[in-house]
Amino acid sequence: MVKYITKRLVLMILTIFIIASLTFFLMHAIPGSPFNEERGTNETVQANLEEHYHLDEPLLVQYFIYMKSVVTFDFGPSIKQPTETVNDLLGRGFPISAELGIISIVVAVISGIILGVFAALRHNGIIDYMAMAFAVLGISIPNFVLATLLIQKFAVDWDVLPAATWSSPMHMILPTIALATGPMAIIARLTRSSMIETLTQDYIKTAHAKGLKPWKIVIKHALKNALMPVVTIMGTLLAGVLTGTFVIEKIFAIPGMGKYFVESINQRDYPVIMGTTVFYSAFLIGMLFLVDIAYGLLDPRIKLHKEGGE
Amino acid sequence: MEKILEVNDLHVSFQTYGGEVKAVRGVSFDLHKGETLAIVGESGCGKSVTANSIMKLIPSPPGKIANGSIYFKGRDLTRLSEKAIRDIRGVDISMIFQDPMTALNPTLTIGNQLTEGIKQHQNITSKEAKTKAIDMLNLVGIPNPEERMKQYPHQFSGGMRQRIVIAMALICEPELLIADEPTTALDVTIQAQILQLFNKIQQETGVSIILITHDLGVVAKIADRIAVMYAGKVIEVGTRKEIFYTPQHPYTQGLLNSVPRLDKRKEKLVPIDGTPPDLFAPPQGCPFTARCPKAMEVCGKVYPIHSELSNTHEVDCWLQDERAKQHIAT
Amino acid sequence: MLPATEEKEQQTNPSDIPDDWFKPKQKDTSEAESVVRPSLSYWEDAWHRLRKNKMAMGGLVFLILLGFMAIFGPMLSPHTVGETTLSNQNKPPSSDHWFGTDKLGRDVFTRTWFGARISLFVGIMAALIDFFIGVAYGGIAGYKGGRTDSVMMRIIEILYGLPYLLVVILLLVVMGPSLATIIVALTVTGWVGMARIVRGQVLQLKNYEFVLASQSFGAKTKRIIQKNLLPNTMGPIIVQMTLTVPTAIFAEAFLSFLGLGIQSPYASWGVMANDSLGVILSGHWWRLFFPAFFISATMFAFNVLGDGLQDALDPKLRR
Repeated sequence: MVKYITKRLVLMILTIFIIASLTFFLMHAIPGSPFNEERGTNETVQANLEEHYHLDEPLLVQYFIYMKSVVTFDFGPSIKQPTETVNDLLGRGFPISAELGIISIVVAVISGIILGVFAALRHNGIIDYMAMAFAVLGISIPNFVLATLLIQKFAVDWDVLPAATWSSPMHMILPTIALATGPMAIIARLTRSSMIETLTQDYIKTAHAKGLKPWKIVIKHALKNALMPVVTIMGTLLAGVLTGTFVIEKIFAIPGMGKYFVESINQRDYPVIMGTTVFYSAFLIGMLFLVDIAYGLLDPRIKLHKEGGE
Repeated sequence: MEKILEVNDLHVSFQTYGGEVKAVRGVSFDLHKGETLAIVGESGCGKSVTANSIMKLIPSPPGKIANGSIYFKGRDLTRLSEKAIRDIRGVDISMIFQDPMTALNPTLTIGNQLTEGIKQHQNITSKEAKTKAIDMLNLVGIPNPEERMKQYPHQFSGGMRQRIVIAMALICEPELLIADEPTTALDVTIQAQILQLFNKIQQETGVSIILITHDLGVVAKIADRIAVMYAGKVIEVGTRKEIFYTPQHPYTQGLLNSVPRLDKRKEKLVPIDGTPPDLFAPPQGCPFTARCPKAMEVCGKVYPIHSELSNTHEVDCWLQDERAKQHIAT
Repeated sequence: MLPATEEKEQQTNPSDIPDDWFKPKQKDTSEAESVVRPSLSYWEDAWHRLRKNKMAMGGLVFLILLGFMAIFGPMLSPHTVGETTLSNQNKPPSSDHWFGTDKLGRDVFTRTWFGARISLFVGIMAALIDFFIGVAYGGIAGYKGGRTDSVMMRIIEILYGLPYLLVVILLLVVMGPSLATIIVALTVTGWVGMARIVRGQVLQLKNYEFVLASQSFGAKTKRIIQKNLLPNTMGPIIVQMTLTVPTAIFAEAFLSFLGLGIQSPYASWGVMANDSLGVILSGHWWRLFFPAFFISATMFAFNVLGDGLQDALDPKLRR
C-alpha cells in the first residue's frame, strides 16, 4: 500500500510540475502577455508585475521565480484589477465554486447510482428503458443549454425559483440541477452496465444458491463490485463538473472562481489565467490521487498486488 | 433405499432472439439417499441446465421450466414459490459451481461468505456461526482456519478455493449436494484431491451427490450410477459397472472409446466425429443419428424405444429392437 | 407447452415401423458436419443487429439528414451567413426567414446549417486525428510491450491526469481562437483514450494463435499489425470514434460559449447560443432554440448510434 501511494504521489507531483511549466512557457509565447515586452498595461500594473516576476532577469531565472510562486501559492497581481492579487480572487471565488461543485457531485453520484441500480435490476423492462433514455438525454444536452432552459421555465415562465446568484438554498437549486445532470447520467449508465455484468457473475449465483434474499444479494454482493468502475471515473467526472462551473457560474451570475476565470480569459488577464489554471489543475490532480487511493482501499486485490504479495 | 429426488419428464427451454432453444427435452431420473449420481455429457447437452433447474436457478426470462416435475422429499420443487425455494437452497440442497476462481466474491472475506448462509437460515449467533465455519474448513482440509477466515479469495489457490466453496455448500448440512463440473477448472493432481474429499464427505455426512461432468475419468472414481445425456435427453442410465463394461448406446460407447483407460491396453483412442445437433431445431428421431456409426433409417425418423435391461440399466436406442438385432445378425 | 413433434413421437407405435428401416445405413459423413444455420460474416451480423436497434437507426438517419443539410442547407436560403440587415433585427420565423433573425438581422436558418458544418467538421476531424494518433501509439505500445510499453503508458498516464478542457482553454488563449486551433487543441490530449483502447485490444489479441502462426511464417511486425491485429480491434475503435464526435462537438460549443470559438461573421452553434443568452428575458426564443436544439439532437444521435454500435459490434453478444 505504501509503495502504491508513493508511486501515485510521485506521478501527481510530476503532472502538476508539467502543467505549471507548460503554463509558464505558453504564456511567454503570447504577444501581450505579462512576460512580454509589447504588453500594453498601465504603469502601476507593470511595476507590480516587474516586482513579482523579475521580468528583467533571464528566462531561466524567471522560470525558477515563477516555480517558486507556484510552490508558495503566490501568483502575483491581476492586470485588470490592479488593487487585487490573484490570490484575493481565488480566496473569494473558490469557496463558492467548491460549494457548487460539491453539492452537484454529491447529487449526481447519489441519484446516478440509484437510477443505474434500478435500471439494472429491471433489465430490459420499462424502468430500464426510461432511465436510460433519460440518461442519454442528460449526456446529450450541454449544461449551458440545460441551464438556459431551466431559467426560462422555472424562473421566467413559472417564476418559482430564482434565476441568478448564490445567496440561499433556493438559489442553489437550478445551478445544481444544470451542473449535476450530465455527470448523473454518466454515472447512471455506468452503474447500470456494471451492475448488469456483476449480476451475471458466478459469485452472485453462489449467493442465490445459498438461499440469500435477493435484496441482500444486491446490496452485499453486487453493489460494491458494481461500483468499482464508477470510482475509477470519478476523477474525470470531477474535472467535468469543475469545467462545468465556468459556464454555470457565467449563466447564473454566481461570483465563483469560474466566473473570474472566464472574465480573465475574455480580458486576457494573464496572471489570473495562469494562477487559476495551475490552481485548478493541482486541485484536480489531487482529487485524482484521492480517487486512486480510494480504489485501492475498496478492492482488496489491489492492496496485495502492490505490496508484491500473491 | 429411500428416494430423495425424483425428476420426471423435465423440459427446460430458453427464449433467445434466434428462437426457442430446447435445452432439456424430457429428462427423468431419481436419486437415493447417500448415493452419487453422475450426469455425463458433452458441453451443451443440457446437464448443467438440469442441475440448475433443481435449484430453480434458471434465469427467467429467458429460461423456463416448460414441463415436468422435480420431487424432493415429496415436494414438487417446480411448484414452490420463490420464498419457499429460498428456504431449501443452501439448507436442504446445496450447489457447487465449476470455477472456484469466480464463485467467491472477491471483495468479501472468506469468513463472511461462509457464515452468511447459516446466519440467514438458522437462528444462531455470529460466534456460533463462526465456530461452525471453522469446523467446516477443518473438514475440507484448510489448515489454519481461524486465520484464513479473515482472508480474501485472491489469497487462496484454486484448489483451496474449491475446498472453501465445498465448505460453504456443506455448512447447513444439506441432504443433497449438486456439483457442476467441480474439478474441470483445476489441475489434475488437485482434481484427485477434491474427488477424494467428496468421498470423505459422503462417508462422514451421508449426503447424496449429483455430479455433473463431461469427464468420464472423474465419474469412474466416485459415481454409484451414471446418466449419459445427449442433446437434452438422458439416453442411457445405469450403475457404474453397467455403463463402463456393458455400454449399450453407441454414444456411450463412443464416449468411452474417446477417453484413455488404464484397464484396456494398446487400444486406440477414437474420437466421435461431428458435433451435437442444434437445439434450435432438434432432430425428430434420435439426436445422435448423424454421428452414429450404427445408424439405421428408423433412427432419423422416430425417437427410439425405451428399454430396461435390468433394474438399473435403461437405454433409449433402436438397436435394442428385435428387428435391428436380426438385421445385424444376418 | 410440448411441441407437437414430441407428442407424435410417443404416439408412433414401434410395431408400425416398416422392417426395412432397421437395415444398417451407409454412413453419410457430410451430414454430421453440416451447419444448420447460415453463417453471417462479422460485419453482416453487426449490421443485422444494428438495424434492429430503432434508436440507433433513428440517430443514423438524423445524422445523414443533418449532413445533407449542412452541405446544402445554406444554399436553400437566399441569405448568407454574415449578411446583416439592421431593419430586420430579432424577427420571428417567417416565410422569408424560416428560423427568424438574430439581433443583427442575420438569418438564423442559414446560420444554423452553417453551424452544423462547423460542428460536424470539428467532431469528425477530432475523431479522425484521434484515430490516427491513437492507433499508431496504442498499436506500437501494445505490440512492442516490455519497456517501450511501460514508458509509453507512463506518458499516457501523465497526459490523462491533465485536465482536458483547461489545457484546451490554455492553448486557445495562446494560439488565438480559430477553427484549426480548436481542432488542434482538442486532439492534443484527446487521442489518449483511443490509444488506451487500442493498446488493450492489441495486448489481448497479440498472444492469439493466429498471430503466432503468422510470426512463425516469418511475417514482419508491420504486416502482423496491419493484417491480423487491426481488423480484430476495429469494433471497439469504431465505437470510441463514434463517441468522440459528440465530445468534440460539446467541447467546441462549450469553448464558443466561453468566447474562445469561431469568430464573427461565421457561426457555430455554441457562438449562436452564447449570443442569444439574453433572449430569456426578451422572448426571442428562436435565436436560442435552434442552435440549442441541434447541438442536443446531434449529440443525442451520436450517443445512441455509438451505444447501438457498441452492442452490435460486441463479439460476446454474437449468437
